[in-house]
Amino acid sequence: MAFLKRSPWILHYDASSCNGCDIEVLACLTPLYDVERFGIINTGNPKHADILLITGGVNEQNRQVVKNLYEQMPEPRVVVAVGICAASGGIFRECYNIVGGVDRVIPVDVYVPGCAARPEQIIDGVVKALSILEEKRAKMKVMEQHSEEAGETA
Amino acid sequence: MTLQEEQTIIEVAHPDLLREVDRLHADGYRLVQIGCTDVGGIYEINYSFDKGYHLKNLRLKVGPDTEVPSISGIYWGAFVYENEMHDLFGIPVSGINIDFKGTFIRTAKKYPFSVTRKGEDPCQNE
Amino acid sequence: MPERIIVPFGPQHPVLPEPIHIDLVLEDEKVVEAIPSIGYIHRGLEQLVQKREYPEFVYVAERICGICSFIHSLCYCQGIEKIMEIEVPDRARYLRTIWSEYSRLHSHLLWLGLFADSMGFENLFMRSWRLREKVLDVLEDTTGGRVIQGTCKVGGVRRDIGQEKLDEIHRGLESFEEECRDLGHVFLNDTTVKNRLRGLGVLSKAEAYDLGAVGPTARASGVEMDHRETGYAAYGDLGFKPVIETAGDCYARCAVRLREVHASIDLVRRAIEEMPEGPIDVKVRGTPEGEYFSRAEQPRGEVVYYLRGDGTKNLSRARIRTPTLTNIPSLVKMLPGVQLADVPVVVLSIDPCISCTER
Repeated sequence: MAFLKRSPWILHYDASSCNGCDIEVLACLTPLYDVERFGIINTGNPKHADILLITGGVNEQNRQVVKNLYEQMPEPRVVVAVGICAASGGIFRECYNIVGGVDRVIPVDVYVPGCAARPEQIIDGVVKALSILEEKRAKMKVMEQHSEEAGETA
Repeated sequence: MTLQEEQTIIEVAHPDLLREVDRLHADGYRLVQIGCTDVGGIYEINYSFDKGYHLKNLRLKVGPDTEVPSISGIYWGAFVYENEMHDLFGIPVSGINIDFKGTFIRTAKKYPFSVTRKGEDPCQNE
Repeated sequence: MPERIIVPFGPQHPVLPEPIHIDLVLEDEKVVEAIPSIGYIHRGLEQLVQKREYPEFVYVAERICGICSFIHSLCYCQGIEKIMEIEVPDRARYLRTIWSEYSRLHSHLLWLGLFADSMGFENLFMRSWRLREKVLDVLEDTTGGRVIQGTCKVGGVRRDIGQEKLDEIHRGLESFEEECRDLGHVFLNDTTVKNRLRGLGVLSKAEAYDLGAVGPTARASGVEMDHRETGYAAYGDLGFKPVIETAGDCYARCAVRLREVHASIDLVRRAIEEMPEGPIDVKVRGTPEGEYFSRAEQPRGEVVYYLRGDGTKNLSRARIRTPTLTNIPSLVKMLPGVQLADVPVVVLSIDPCISCTER
């Protein structure tokens, strides 16, 4: 990550995680890891966010909350599933109330493994998410141009 | 060194429950927890109380559809355990001070710990 | 009478790292009633005992909560050891104590940071978390994990700490203690903080006891109750006195935790000095048969594991009562009368751990 073009804002949601990954997400923001120096800011408002960091295996009650948050985020958006529970349900996979992975509810772009995921891994995941965000942006631009051109010819 | 802690379990009959709980309350015990166990088709409900690190349990055995009186009139904070008991086990509890009516813990399956689920595979997502 | 409105608080809210939902009934700015509703993290892991053999369930127990992780596994193991009548070697008891106290340090510093954040004191939040990294470094160094340690097992512990490392930890405690004192000074003596916390969310001693409050929430109201007094692990040898405050407000709850940070440092220091030589585990044979209510003191208060084995490899029931669940009634009683802007501070003051609560 030699150079960051933009300042991506992050939304964090705990979808039935054990807290382990959540406090590591928070630890990324504090002085030792300090992702804020890259212009990455943790926001509480989904409409301000570019990247959704989500932890935990999603349960019956917050399935809708996860969907709502995702739908409220503006395009382009990237979802990072933090920790093994978010990837597959992890140790709680067999529990009756666990849906089993974030990707069963919303599309996921980056999976960060680990139980609990370490801050270094989470930062790596976010960096990966940034390049996907750029790709999505570029694609959106092309689509917009196409639709404009289509509008002109019609 | 093993733990030095006294624990007693006293069986209590359904009609005597409130009287016994009232007596413990007057004796200065605090409510530690209420928990249920499925023992072969009936429920064993443990009401745990503590005073000076001495744990005293009142054990009530009830059938699946027996209504249990709420002790939240005596211990105000009991509502969390009683709502949980209702939501997870399906045990009807009458007269809770803050009755969530089944919305305290919402689960994918109704009453996941209920005896009526006996024999079902408790787990999913295999 | 002013008009009443209901303001929903959570589940996704900037000050809450975890989802809990509270409906606040307001009259103008003042809360008149608070109705909590939970379930956003309910996983139903108590049923996993039927799928996992009893030595494996330690991993599940540890993952009930990533903050109180070590003490969860400790409480579970102690319960099984009691049922199976296993004597744990002395060195294992001392090592367990050291890791328990380090978990408490990391949890309390985490809480202090979040609490400062709820007051809008960002600088203090960052300072607390910077200090907390030192605790995590020790945990990682000795166990391999930052927040989830995985070192406790039925019959002892999985890893030893060498004498050289113990000495290093001991030496490090001095500067760490100094930094904690500086941090505590801001929390306890800063005028803004004092004005914000004094007299807020008061819980009387009688109320705290009657509502079943535990941990720092109860001790800040003057209830003398700390399960470490019963002397599990090495606490019996080291001697322990609970930290008590009497005001019962948010300031007192903050003061209790700050003083407990120093009590923990002291316990670690003495545990290292008196560390006995010897093995760290015993071989475990057989299966648990019987029942026991195992209790231990977590950073948030007393945790209860009701374990019941029927002589097979799988337990027939594990019922886990965590400290935050029993502190919720106290929270409901604290909130009425509080201004809306102070709600986050009062909610944070019980140190809610939702993933513990809902399991």
